[in-house]
Parts: sequence; structure tokens; C-alpha cells
Amino acid sequence: MSLQDKDRIFTNLYGYQPWNLAAAQARGAWDNTKDILAKGRDLIVEEIKASGLRGRGGAGFPTGMKWSFMPKEPPKDHAGNPRPSFLVINADESEPGSCKDREIIRHDPHLLLEGALVAGFAMGARAAYIYIRGEYIREAEVLFAARDEAYAAGLLGKNACGSGYDFDVFVHRGAGAYICGEETAMIESLEGKKGQPRLKPPFPAGAGLYGCPTTVNNVESIAVAPTIMRRGASWFASFGRENNKGTKLFQISGHVDKPCVVEEEMSIPFRELIEKHCGGIRGGWDNLLAVIPGGSSVPLVPAAEIMDAPMDFDGLKAVGSGLGTAAVIVMDKSTDIVRAISRLSYFYKHESCGQCTPCREGTGWMWRVMERLRTGDAAVEEIDMLQQVTKQVEGHTICALGDAAAWPIQGLIRHFRPEIERRIEERLANTAVAAE
Amino acid sequence: MPKVTVDGVELEVPQGATVLQACELAGKEIPRFCYHERLSIAGNCRMCLVEVKPGPPKPQASCALPATEGQEIRTDSEMVRTAREGVMEFLLINHPLDCPICDQGGECDLQDQSIAYGRGATRYHENKRAVTEKYMGPLIKTHMTRCIHCTRCVRFSEEIAGVDEIGALYRGENMQITTYLEHAAKHEMSANVIDLCPVGALTSRPYAFEARPWELKKTLGIDVSDAIGANIRIDSRGREVLRVLPRINDDVNEEWISDKARYQVDGLTRRRLDKPFLRRDGKLVAATWNEAFTAIASLNPGKSIAAVAGDMLDCETMFAAKKLVGALGSTLLEGRQTGMDYDTSSLAAVNFNTTLAGIETADAILIVGSNVRWEAPLVNVRLRKAVKRGAKVFLVGPEWETTFCGEFLGSDLSVLGKLPGHVTEALKGAARPAVIVGGAGLGRGGLEAALALAGEFKLVRDLEDGTKWNGFNVLHMAASRMGGLMLGYAQKGGIVDIVAAKPKVLLSLGADEVDYTKFADSMIVYIGHHGDKGAHAADVVLPAAAYTEKAGTYVNTEGRVQMADKAVFAPGDAREDWSILRALADAFGVSVGFDSFDELRSGMISEVPALGIEGLADYGSDLPAGGGSAAGEIAYPVKDFYMTNPIARASAVMQRCSAELLQGQEFAEAAE
Repeated sequence: MSLQDKDRIFTNLYGYQPWNLAAAQARGAWDNTKDILAKGRDLIVEEIKASGLRGRGGAGFPTGMKWSFMPKEPPKDHAGNPRPSFLVINADESEPGSCKDREIIRHDPHLLLEGALVAGFAMGARAAYIYIRGEYIREAEVLFAARDEAYAAGLLGKNACGSGYDFDVFVHRGAGAYICGEETAMIESLEGKKGQPRLKPPFPAGAGLYGCPTTVNNVESIAVAPTIMRRGASWFASFGRENNKGTKLFQISGHVDKPCVVEEEMSIPFRELIEKHCGGIRGGWDNLLAVIPGGSSVPLVPAAEIMDAPMDFDGLKAVGSGLGTAAVIVMDKSTDIVRAISRLSYFYKHESCGQCTPCREGTGWMWRVMERLRTGDAAVEEIDMLQQVTKQVEGHTICALGDAAAWPIQGLIRHFRPEIERRIEERLANTAVAAE
Repeated sequence: MPKVTVDGVELEVPQGATVLQACELAGKEIPRFCYHERLSIAGNCRMCLVEVKPGPPKPQASCALPATEGQEIRTDSEMVRTAREGVMEFLLINHPLDCPICDQGGECDLQDQSIAYGRGATRYHENKRAVTEKYMGPLIKTHMTRCIHCTRCVRFSEEIAGVDEIGALYRGENMQITTYLEHAAKHEMSANVIDLCPVGALTSRPYAFEARPWELKKTLGIDVSDAIGANIRIDSRGREVLRVLPRINDDVNEEWISDKARYQVDGLTRRRLDKPFLRRDGKLVAATWNEAFTAIASLNPGKSIAAVAGDMLDCETMFAAKKLVGALGSTLLEGRQTGMDYDTSSLAAVNFNTTLAGIETADAILIVGSNVRWEAPLVNVRLRKAVKRGAKVFLVGPEWETTFCGEFLGSDLSVLGKLPGHVTEALKGAARPAVIVGGAGLGRGGLEAALALAGEFKLVRDLEDGTKWNGFNVLHMAASRMGGLMLGYAQKGGIVDIVAAKPKVLLSLGADEVDYTKFADSMIVYIGHHGDKGAHAADVVLPAAAYTEKAGTYVNTEGRVQMADKAVFAPGDAREDWSILRALADAFGVSVGFDSFDELRSGMISEVPALGIEGLADYGSDLPAGGGSAAGEIAYPVKDFYMTNPIARASAVMQRCSAELLQGQEFAEAAE
């Protein structure tokens, strides 16, 4: 029941063909975009809603519903002039394990640009800002060039695609901060300020970029929109389970024979995904230790629970984790699991913006305790203390980075507590021997 | 008016209130560090977490959450208690345990709240973070290891002061608050961040290690360093004033004071006149009170006596001198030391009529001849708020760095006669137009020309909401000015009239800005507290009390009558001014009608009743027509913000500020 080639949206994911406009059009991009826009705002939003597309950036919020939050009538500023609305496309892909947006941008940028126009039109946006991760240098070059091609061909800019709608796309390069992938921090960064998340409410749909209504969407959510419009919501909704529709780019890394990025049907069982596209687990299925199924921010899942779990939002939630960005990190039994999670803790400590207290102070604390747990230089009670500290961070912060820093550790303690205790005991025994 | 329930008590809260404000209305204390009523909401300390239903099943930052109809707020649940404990623990893990040597001790939010909301012991056994000190200038002492990153100081300098001086570097636990490249904070309100800092990260450099708050006597006073009359609290120990802090008064100073008001007080112990002096053979030599009085009385001036009031005088002193001069048959009184001679027949024409708080609501403002940042920093804050609300500000005078994007129209007074089209349009189209005439704009026909503009743009008008708007303002620089004018300290021709009268005796009441060379033939009796210009020119020096050493009534530039208490005693033989004048009356053998301060004050109030009522004095709203033409290059009188009065000139802190912040001298940091 796996995805057939004819149903793939990203037909040039591996770059076997050129990315340029002519090649993209030959693959079907920018095909009669004018007709899609002619359907009108409401119909597009309805169609996206009907397709069941959920945001591909990690949180899985229904995309069509998000678009519908944008005001139908633009709000007025204090002088009575209407304010513009904006679409911000999040290409600041920095989650450890994630690498799907990168493939889209460097091999199929026109899908994204067309999606920007369709989505921007559907929400009445004046312009789209694509915020691309600073480290993506070649990808940004491709995106700049593709944007220029689209402008030259009249697909963007004034009277985009001959639809009578004026729409601009700006590409903005980030400076390499993970936190700028958080939607309000991204808006701050776009405005030229220090990338720190804003308080919500107000939500971006009310007051976002430059105080104007703004929607922030992931690259993949935007890039699939034109194809959904062309092939219909029912086609897209025919994949995956209820509430988890569509196709999805899975990024499998770690201890598999052939790590890859692949477009697959949602809800595909983990075992099938690995067997079919990655050549199986290194050393066989018995050698599988644990999987982080959705990028570094979600708790890990031990081998036994993940093997037959359906890879979708609800299926992974059921095993105490989440789909996230579908960045599947596979770890076999050679992995030092405590060290792996400790390294993630270091990442969050390094990337915490420092704005709010629990995350600023807590991430450093958690990492330091994790480092001691790695070597066993700790007391058993400290495992419970660490668990409490993660609970003190989780849900107490402005943005979700605090949660993201807490969850991997909680996952580790939930599933691998005996391993941590074993290290502590081992070290105690060794020091006892040394002391004698 | 949404109805909410706080801990089971239902109450109605104002529209737009936050959950935190709703809890406060319900009488619940919500701990907080980053939230401050006068700054934007940052929501980053997470100390104010409460439980709110409906909402996500996690605690919410109450400072940033709007109160809405039907909310059920809990501040006493288990969830809230653990959340507070957790946040407090995080705040403390990297905060040094140096309370015994920290100047914030005893008035530290973190100390207080950790006792109330923290857990008893630490579970943190890693190394604590240490941060290098940041140089923030001669006023602010930093100890950044103590910083809890509430960003109040950053928001103050951005939002209130209007200068981007303080910001945060780096991220995560490496985040550091600093001034740009560690340059000194130069804004004239900069030291307010010391009050804002909830911990001991930013403390007062001049006050470092001086005292603990519980050792101090707190006296309510009025600042005299400018004409705003900022409400201050004078903290003293024994006979010494150790520091000055702002008091909250939304009508006057909100809760800020200028750096000069805060830090000139160390000048109160330097260059003081602590015994009488007589000039003998061209030299001032110490004398007794009796010798001094005899010397003055022996001149037997009769009605040939005049009094000139200084800039920092209280009304009682001026009234006592008026009585004394009057008893001798003279009416020669003047307070405008530098020779200004504007018409004072209508006090409304020389008053700040919009009121200080009212100027915030103006929508078009024309400033004539005032360097507001130096002459009245607190008004500058108000102007910035007005501009944030959409007001346009135009200025006539030499350019200075506004913090509110004002437009300079030219530096000559003649601009008033030919305002550019867009300016007249803005003033005409405004609902609440205002004109502010500063000290440099009053002379040479400036006041009359401005009054003519007041007529042209109908600055006095009835507003739609039924209230009266009087947009004509004069911004004075002397704390004694409005009180002096109410007491008749003004001659038609200004001080020139006094010079022309050639008085035998000139009573100089702390007047240090007068050109005394013009009084070569008079005996100059200086009654004041500092050995400054006035005392240098005097023939007799009678040591008096400074503003912290006497009770008194002050009238600020908006006509607000305020009273101050006495904090400490004057040093040495110095006496309160009124008692000196009373004794002088005996020496002259005349009666002034009071024997005690209370009698003096009630005498003053019965003569000028407005001085007895704290609050705005009513000068009416009728403005004279004005007219005529004004011309002449405007030159601001304040050449050095930190050196405008004898106390500040004697202050080592102000001298250092002037040298470092204005003249750019470099000071090597003492090795600490």
C-alpha cells in the first residue's frame, strides 16, 4: 500500500533533473496557476481544509484552518489606511535530524514559490517572506535564482501569472539561530531584531510581521498546496489514516543501511518505511535500540514499541512521542543512548535564546546533570531531580523550546532508567574498589 | 467590564486589564520581576504564573494574559505553588549568594520573593555562572553575575529614555546585559535603571557600600534641581543625606527623577557655609552672628533695600524676605537673576498650562527656545510619550538631540513670525495643540510672539469631552520661579530696575547667577548655603539651609503647590533661612509679623491663599493677546546639565559626570 510514483508531489526530490523553471514546468509546476487563483480565496482555503493537510513543521496544526484565521477585511491602522497581510515561510530548518526543506529548496524551488503565491492569495497576503536558514548557502542561491526566474516569467510580482493579483516574494537569510525557527522569533528576526519569541496572544494572525496579520507556514506545507489544488482534496485525503492525511517527506538518518529522504504515505508502519527505503536496520531488527521519530524535540521510542507503529501524528502520540517533522533518527544497540540525549541537551542549552527564566537556566542545568549521568558521576536521586527539573521547564516558557529540551530527557528516563542506574552503580563500585 | 473569578471571589475588572491586574484588584499578591507598570510587558521572568481556566492545562504568565469574561483564576493552587517554586529555583541557581555584601540587600525583590515563594534549600550542585562587570558610567555600578535578565533596564532605556543605550548580548545562559561597547550610559535619566533593577545587578555607584536601607531615615521632599518639582524621598542617616529616590506621583514625575536630582546631594556636604562671614579689607573673614547683624544694621538702609531670590528657594523664605523688605518700606523684589523682564501681569501667560501630564495628550507641539532634555528631562519623557501617541513636535532653537524625532525649524526667534506651512497646518488641524516656551524663548519679544500664536491657533479651547484645554506653556528652569512670581518677586524691568534703584543693602537669597558687578555700591548680604558665586561677591555671608534642611512650599512650573519636609539639620552655625530673616528684622528694629515657622506659613497663606492648598494653583485661563515681533538668535542658558546650581557644582559626582559624559574625559577604572 505504499506510495506510487504517479502520486508523488516532489518529483525531483533527488535532483536527477534540473531545478530551473523550464524543467519544473515540464514536471507540472506553475501549470495554470491562474486557474487555481481564479477559484477565489474561500474555495482554496476550503479545498486545503478538505484535504486534511496538517502543518508539516512539527506541531501538526491543520493548515487550512490556519489560513482561515487571516482577516477577510484588512485591519486599519490609526490613520485609517488598510494594513497589508503577510505570509512568512519557515525555511529555517534547524531541527537536528530534519533535512526535507533543504531538498525541496535545492531541487524543486518552484513548487515552493508557486505554493507561496497560492497560499498568499488564499489568505489575502501582500507578500511572502521566505526565511531561509543561514547555513543553507547553496540552497539560498538556488532560491534566489528561482525567484528571479519566476519574476522574469511574470509568475510573481505585479499581476502574478496574469491573475490580476500583485504578489511579491522576498527571500531572507537567517544567521544560524535555531530559535528563529519559532514563528514569532522568526518575525522578530525578519524585523531586524534579536530573534526572541514573542508572547502570545496576540497571535501572528492578528499582529505579526510589522504588526500586520501574518501566517507562518512550513516550506513543505506550502509546497504541497498547488498540487493539492490541481489534483483535488480527495486525492490528497486518500492517503493515510483519518486525521492524518496525505503524503509526507520522511527523513531517515542514523543506523540504517541507506539513510534517505523519501516521500511516503502518512501512517506507513515504521517497519515498512525502513525496509522499503532504507535497506533495513544496521545489523538487523534485533539490533534496534530506539528511535527518535520526529526530530530531536520529541521523546525517543524504544525498539519494541516503534516497530509496528504507524508513522503519523496520532500513531506516534500513542507511543508517547510525536511525528514532529518526521525526521526519523534510528539508533542501534551500539549507541550510547545517554550520551546521545546528553548531546541533544547541549544543543538546546546552546540554542536557548535566554529570554525567559526556566529555559535559560534550566537547559544548562539539565545538560550538566545529563553529562554526569553519562559517566555515572551522580546519585540515583538525581535522576528523579532531573525529571522534576524537566517538568519545571516544560510548559513554563514563552515558546516551545523549553518543552523540546525537556521531552528527550523525559523519554530517556521513562525508557532507559535502568541503564542510567547501572552506570551510577558501576561507577560507585569502581570507586569503592579504587578506595580499598 | 469582564467578570472574572480570582480564588473563588468574583469581581469585575476594567476593560483591557491583565490577569495580573485582576489578581491585584482581588487583593492577591502576584510575585514578579520583569513586569513593571510603566514599561512594556516582556513576560520573560515567568514568576507571575497563575492557573487560568479556560486555557491550556499549564500555568499562564498573568502579566501578559488579558482578563476575559468568565475566567477562573487561581493563585493558590498546587500547580501555581510548584510553578513559582520552580521558577524561583531557576532564578537562584546562577544567582550568587552574596547578599551580605550586596547593596540591594534589604530592598531586593529577589530576596523578598525567594523567602515568600521559594523552596528552602538548593538542589543545584554545579558551578555557578559568573559574568564580568560592565562599565556603565559614573552613576551605575554593575555586578552582572547577579543579573536575572528581566530586561527592565533595556526596556527603560528604549521606551522611556528613548536612547538605545542598554541591550542584551549573546543568548541562552550566556546572555549578558550591557551598554553598547561598554560606553557609559549618558542619558540624563539613566540612573532610574538602578531603581528598576529588581536585584543587585545595577546599583548606585556613588552610594555603594554607604548604608543599609533600614538604617536610613526617610523624609518626603521636593526636588529643586529644576522647575518640575519632582517628588523625592530623602534618605538620611544622622546629619547626612545619603541618597535621593523618586516618589511616585503620576501628575509630576511618574516614578522617575533626573540624574541631577538623584546625585547632586553629595554636594550638600561640600563647600558649605557653616558660619557667618564679613568682608574686611577685601577678604571674607569668619564672624559671629552678632557681628554680622550689627554690620548690616549699622548701614541703616531704610527703604533702600532690595531682595533677589535664588533658583532653589522655598516660598516661605521668599515671603519672609518680602515681609522684611516691606517692613523697611521697599518693594524691590526680583527672582529672575539673569535679567529676564517678561511681563508677569498674567500668571497664566507664564505657566505650564497643559500640566505635565496633560502635555502627553497634545497632538501638535511647538517648542520655542528650550533644550528640554537639559532643562526638564521629565518633560522630555512626556514629550516622547506624546509622540508615541502620534503627536508632531516642532522646535525653534539650535538643534539638540531629541529622543522623539522633533523637527527643528530654525534657531532664530523670528521663525515665530513666519512658521512654515506644514507647521501651521499641523497646529491648526490639531485637536489639542500646544506651545512650550522655554527660558531662551521668553525674552526679546518671544513670549509676546508666542502668545500671539496662542491666539492664532486657539490654544485655549473647550474640548469635545467638555473639559477646558489650555495649550500655552512656559517651561521654567528654577524651582522657585512660579512661587516667586506668585509672591511678587518681579519688577517691571526685571533686575535692571533693582540695579537702577541702587539699594544700599542687597539681600541675596541664595542667588548665584546674578551679575554682582552691577551692585558694586551696595552691601551684598548673601543668605545661602554654598560658597558659590553669590558668596564670593558678598560683603556679608549668613549661612542658611539647603532644600533638604528646611521644610518648605514649592510651586513647580505648572503651578503645582507642593510641600517638603525637613530631612536633616544644616551644618555648623547655619540656620534656616526664615529664622535668619526674622533675626535680621530685630537688628533693623522692624516687625515682620511672625515669630515661628508656623506663623510665617499661615501669614503667607493668608496673603496668597493658593500657596496653602497642595495641588494646582488656579491662574485662570485668559491669556493676554500678545503680538509684536520677536527676533534674535536663541541661546540655551544651560551649558552643562550637571552644573546648573551651587549644590550640583559642589558635588563630586556631578563634576565627574560633567567631565566624563559631557566633556569626554577618560577616567581610569580604579582597580577593584
